[in-house]
Amino acid sequence: MRHGKYPFIIGFLAVPVALYGTFVVAAYIQTFQLAFTSWSGLGPITYNGFDNFERLWNDDLFWRSVGHNLYLLILLPIITIAIALVFAFLLNEGGGMHRGVRGSKFYRVIFFFPQLMALAIVAVIFGRVFSTDESGMLNGLFPDSWSPWLFLADERWALTCILAVMVWQAVGFYVVLFSAGMGSIEREVYEAAALDGASRISVFFKITIPLLWGTLQVAWVYLGIAAFDAFALVNIMSVDRGGPDGATSVLSMMIYRNAFEYSQAGYASAIGVALFFLTLTFAALTLRVTRREAH
Amino acid sequence: MTTTAAPAVARPIETKKREVNALNGLAHIALFAWAIATAGPLIWVLLASFKSNTEIFLGQPFALPSSFSFGTYVNAWSEAHIGRYFLNSVFVVAISTAGTMLFGSMAAYVLARYRFRGNRFLYYLFVSGLAFPTFMAITPLFFILKNLGLINTFTGLILVYIAYSLPFTVFFLAAFFKALPHEIDEAATVDGASHTRKFFQIMMPMAKSGLISITIFNIVGQWNQYLLPVAIMQGAGADSKWVLTQGIANISVQAGYHAEWSTLFAALTLSILPMIVVYAIFQRQIQAGLTAGAVK
Repeated sequence: MRHGKYPFIIGFLAVPVALYGTFVVAAYIQTFQLAFTSWSGLGPITYNGFDNFERLWNDDLFWRSVGHNLYLLILLPIITIAIALVFAFLLNEGGGMHRGVRGSKFYRVIFFFPQLMALAIVAVIFGRVFSTDESGMLNGLFPDSWSPWLFLADERWALTCILAVMVWQAVGFYVVLFSAGMGSIEREVYEAAALDGASRISVFFKITIPLLWGTLQVAWVYLGIAAFDAFALVNIMSVDRGGPDGATSVLSMMIYRNAFEYSQAGYASAIGVALFFLTLTFAALTLRVTRREAH
Repeated sequence: MTTTAAPAVARPIETKKREVNALNGLAHIALFAWAIATAGPLIWVLLASFKSNTEIFLGQPFALPSSFSFGTYVNAWSEAHIGRYFLNSVFVVAISTAGTMLFGSMAAYVLARYRFRGNRFLYYLFVSGLAFPTFMAITPLFFILKNLGLINTFTGLILVYIAYSLPFTVFFLAAFFKALPHEIDEAATVDGASHTRKFFQIMMPMAKSGLISITIFNIVGQWNQYLLPVAIMQGAGADSKWVLTQGIANISVQAGYHAEWSTLFAALTLSILPMIVVYAIFQRQIQAGLTAGAVK
């Protein structure tokens, strides 16, 4: 058994650890290093202390982007989970007394499909769906008397349009996920509730949701991570990539533009560090808020 | 529901039936509306791909095109290079998924079943990669690749895809390998099987269901990547190496300049149709594979 154990371990770990160390670990660590430099991406690296962070603190676009990320972070999980839970419940009746509506398999297949599409392609499609003239699907459907809707070109609605696309894409996945969770809830629980004359609504709130809590927690974390991204959508759909007038700017967009367009590798890394702490806060809060069955 | 209790529960059941019918009606409407909202934009894209620019601007999104000509598809395939982007994506994803699965399962296996110093450290190092978004480190990543001369190369893109797929793959498969029984393992050792042989001939086949789930997960994830290719495949002559997502996003910008919307819609259809076909065939495995990844 012990023969050749260490050569084997080293042999099996060498390539994965080298790849992971070079492209992931080193990149994350260098983010922290570059955040304290004024590096443009070329030439020598000069350190400038906390200058980047001071500049961030005074950068209106940064704070607006943080606000937009928080808006997505709060609304994306709430809306997606609410819709997906209701649909999953209707499709399964919580795995319990009734068998769920007819065609539930069909719905599950259709709803899930957007999950397989690249967010970039979804963004191209919805860029056209929301087009401000009659060539857009929605403005083409609306009667002429409604003046054309601006959607992404309207500062007040642009970010909400992006949120809507994220929800559109995500719901099906969580319907399937919650359906799987509901399927594993034991039938007897529902039968007992039915005998006691519990209404569907109280079954939903008093049985299905508590028994699904672990899955809901996972869903919340996944959607939270998705809400921090949104790069493809903002880069492709939004007017002026983050506009109009900064109305859809998010942190991922800011990092990308500073790194690759404005030659501000140092500043981009500082935003990366800010994002690191935002993500940590989110993770800590999620663990705290959802810790329920732990004791 | 037992017959002996009939007198006592007769009334509640009756009112419940009415409630169920009313709710079922609403349920059908809600589900049907969401199905339309899901399929609508895709059907619209398909219809528009056959339309002329004038027809697209008529404001009747779901009207049938006046004639079905495939000219727009020919344009999308050859002039807008959809064919090339598609093949680039297939090439990159095929190699990087294979690499991810090989290296991911090797690392997961060793970390799950062998005791050695640094085991836990390496495991948590891999898993911590799950917690942070990729674009946080995109700036240094670009310069690491640049220093290695890997910017705008398939090799660079493939290595990065593998590296960024490892955290989830290792996390998922380590749990899987851990759960495999030890008896068979020991029997194989007694029979004189080497560690490597045991891995490839005994453990891999036993972990098959987990391997399939995570392969699907990685294929879908890598096929849909956008940020990494956009950041890595840039520079002179990069457009011949673009992957599908990048290519389509670019066609979308170009279509705006030249007002060639039907080519864009044809390109979109060409990129969506293969997915629908694959999904129609493997729909059960795909749903299971992707959601298993989330639950584990």
